[in-house]
Amino acid sequence: MRALDKKLLRDFRRLWAQALAIALVLACGVAILLTTYGMYGALEDTRTAYYERNRFADVFGDANRVPRGVLQDITAIDGVRTAEARVVKHVILDVPGRIETVTGRILSLPENGVAQLNLPLMRQGRLPDPTRADEVVVNAPFAKANNLQPGDQFFANLNGQKRELTLTGTALSPEFIYTIGPGALLPDNKTFGILWMPERAVSAAFDMEGAFNNVTLKLDPSAIEAEVIDRLDDLLDPYGGLGAYGRDIQVSNSFIDAEIAEQRNGSMILPPIFYGISAFLVSMVIGRIIALERSEIGLLKAVGYSDVEICIHYLMLACLIAVLGTLLGWGVGTWLSRAVARIYARFFDFPYLVYRVSYDAYAISGILAVLSAALGAAKSALSAARIAPAVAMAPPAPPRFKRTLLDRVMTVLRLSQPVMMILRSIVRWPVRSALTTLGLSLAAAVLVASSFFSDALDVLMQTTFDQANRQDATLMFSPDVRETALTAVANLPGVLKAEGQQFHAAVLRHGHLEKDTPIEARRPGTDLSRIVNGRGRIVDAPADGILLSERLATHLEVQPGDVIQIELKGGRNETHDVIVSGIVTQYFGLGAYMDLESLNRLLRQAPQITTANLLVDTNQLPDLHRVLKDTPELSGLVMLNEMRRSFQDTIRQNITIMTSIYVVIAVLITFGVAYNGARIQLSERARELASLRILGFTRAEVSFILMGETMLLAVLAQPLGWLLGAGIASALSKGSTSDLYAIPLVLEPSGFARASLIVLGAALLSSLIVRRRLDRLDLIQVMKTRE
Amino acid sequence: MPDIVFRTEGVTKVYDTGELKVHALAGVDLELFAGELAVLLGPSGSGKSTLLNILGGLDHATDGRVWFRDLELTKLGDRGLTQYRRDHVGFVFQFYNLVPSLTARENVQLVTDVAVNPMRPEEALEQVGLTARMDHFPAELSGGEQQRVAIARAIAKRPEVLLCDEPTGALDSKTGVQVLEALKDINERLGTTTAVITHNASIRKMAHRVIYFQDGRIARVDVNEHQISPSEISW
Repeated sequence: MRALDKKLLRDFRRLWAQALAIALVLACGVAILLTTYGMYGALEDTRTAYYERNRFADVFGDANRVPRGVLQDITAIDGVRTAEARVVKHVILDVPGRIETVTGRILSLPENGVAQLNLPLMRQGRLPDPTRADEVVVNAPFAKANNLQPGDQFFANLNGQKRELTLTGTALSPEFIYTIGPGALLPDNKTFGILWMPERAVSAAFDMEGAFNNVTLKLDPSAIEAEVIDRLDDLLDPYGGLGAYGRDIQVSNSFIDAEIAEQRNGSMILPPIFYGISAFLVSMVIGRIIALERSEIGLLKAVGYSDVEICIHYLMLACLIAVLGTLLGWGVGTWLSRAVARIYARFFDFPYLVYRVSYDAYAISGILAVLSAALGAAKSALSAARIAPAVAMAPPAPPRFKRTLLDRVMTVLRLSQPVMMILRSIVRWPVRSALTTLGLSLAAAVLVASSFFSDALDVLMQTTFDQANRQDATLMFSPDVRETALTAVANLPGVLKAEGQQFHAAVLRHGHLEKDTPIEARRPGTDLSRIVNGRGRIVDAPADGILLSERLATHLEVQPGDVIQIELKGGRNETHDVIVSGIVTQYFGLGAYMDLESLNRLLRQAPQITTANLLVDTNQLPDLHRVLKDTPELSGLVMLNEMRRSFQDTIRQNITIMTSIYVVIAVLITFGVAYNGARIQLSERARELASLRILGFTRAEVSFILMGETMLLAVLAQPLGWLLGAGIASALSKGSTSDLYAIPLVLEPSGFARASLIVLGAALLSSLIVRRRLDRLDLIQVMKTRE
Repeated sequence: MPDIVFRTEGVTKVYDTGELKVHALAGVDLELFAGELAVLLGPSGSGKSTLLNILGGLDHATDGRVWFRDLELTKLGDRGLTQYRRDHVGFVFQFYNLVPSLTARENVQLVTDVAVNPMRPEEALEQVGLTARMDHFPAELSGGEQQRVAIARAIAKRPEVLLCDEPTGALDSKTGVQVLEALKDINERLGTTTAVITHNASIRKMAHRVIYFQDGRIARVDVNEHQISPSEISW
């Protein structure tokens, strides 16, 4: 090994603490980039492959009842390659051994048994015999959650008839990677399942012979999706079309879209912060080392080492730090990716393991780490290469201090000499002080941003569950039933209170802007499911007009007082002008609210309801479930209490994990910045501080000078950290907003306080570690050392 | 006609600090001959080190010309000077300038790694009598030993010239003599042209020629007919 390389390795070993402090910060960046970019790639690639292999449809359309003949017209639409008609219904299931009512979504399988689009991928057993009316395949996670094996039997309430069905196999489908039941917030495989059943059996059970109510299309690559959707709408509208849509609105796909977007955003927001801070720390440390090794550099040049060799020598030192950080980051990132993959496995049903982070992600995260370290070291390494050998051999000129306005102020303020030393040093190296402050403020910002999530979800859950949706359970009817049915519902065992609510498919238009979203309608004064306005007050939809959620209003660019057009789907498809009477807060879905009476007047029918919200006596739940399993009109049941609990548990768990990770990250950043800052100051000021000790200053007084600068910068960093944190939180809030949900921007004073306490605590600890070195300073040795 | 190694014509060096122009060298004409041991004497600031740096290719002259044999140093750029130092010159400095993280052997290896036809590091250290201390780090060596490592490092590339700037400046008389003996020995056995800067007048007696500096100029040159051995020197 060359002597210069030996020097490199020994320098690296000597600097281990500082190198490690930087490497840990860099490792955070590498790990997060590896995880987010890796997961982003893995999700995207697997989804693409899965969609392709199992022919996931491009366009979807629902209607009430469409004659079979229309399918030919649909197939003839320009750009449509394949069209497949199905009968799709929601049913209530009675699974042996399960007290709760289970909701199922039945999909018909074509006559020949082989679907052309959205191919179910068999995991177990076989497809049902097309001639049998009692055989079904269910989605594999549902079978697993309910302990069902091929050959097992369970009951389904098919259009009022309770039928015993035999399970012939289990399957997965690209349509149901994220399987969320109607009205649910999270997937729950115990209470919601997908059933594939031969078309003949489904049609017979639901009186749909010669008709269909769902169609899916595969398009030519050259097709224009929006045009196909418009044409499909035209064809379905006469048969109660409920609005055709593309993959972007398909429920399962849009959840995966949201997750992919989150990972992509994650890979773009946080890692650059870590890489940036690492570059700064490397520049600070290498800059100091080069200052200390000035005469060695002169010597290397004197004996004939070229500028390039010297430049590379110091760049290599930075690269070693980067390599250490990369290896640590890869280790943590691999572990983190597996943890994320486990979470995905809980929520996403992919047929094959995709959770392998690609080599690209490893390569990119590593290369960026080396580049950022090299970039950080570049300026100092180049200056080392450029310095003339004769100049390098001579001791450096002492730093130039000039009298500035600050000095006059300090004189007037009669500040003590140590305080002046601290302030002068900050002013003397403004770039370094500013970057140190920025680094520490980013640590605080990361914490502010992380506590934002926790506080935001508190508000979100409080608004959604305590204020807006207070029912214990929601019954779903298909099709809508007369409002008078509520009387029967109220008489069900254990039901303390029942209120009706209608959901009607609609297209909302304002100028050229439009959105497909159901209109929710209820009677004024309902107490279980309520509307919350922007100020947290409970409001009712006015008799004439519509209330829109903030996101919907933003999308349509409307304000209270504006008039929008609503097209009511599923029947006559009439269009009406309605005035926007207010904007309300809603975090899940895109809400549009009307008065029940008004909506039904527009529909020209007696008031109807889609759901019944219930307050239930929990002691009588088993009885309620028993009766509901035999209720013909019922298409589903959501137990909100359980949903709330599982949602809160899941969210809490995720937040706890995430918050802990952020605290570790913030502490690592603080340690990296504060420790290196203090070490470099100690190195620069060793003579000065030793002189003060010789002059009779106590250890505490000398430590004050050393720690004072770091702590002063740490304190100055706080307001900036709060501001940056609020900015990151706002970006995260905006970035996570989709048609599915919105995370409100909630910033509590406690979040800022906690962030500052952690950062200041970590900064103090880092300075104290350096202080121990100061205590051990050999005064005589330091004074002897030639600068 | 003696074999000329270095020749300078009207060399000047001006340090421009902005407010002040310092004339470190004010027109120096000098020749150094192959195999000679020359001592450069003079007070601080008289221009000795500046001239040595220019001869060694560490610094550029402001004006005038400098030749190393047929090679005109004043025409070379940084790259050319680096190559020149790498191939021809050995340096010894007052403060040894050893790399603290490398052992004695490795400090020498630093040079042998980049030289064209070097000795083995062990051989160079043997020349200065440090065989037993080869694997010690600078902090484990005395000042004299450190300076001898620096000499070993300088001669390991078999340089044609050895330029020494105050090699005994940081040493006591006894260790200083050991270092001078090493230098004399190298000069005699290997025939290396050696220039030694000092402001210790007693060292002049071991030289073939003594060049006196004053205010950036050569004041006079004395030739010693008889050189004494370093062991006869003390200060």
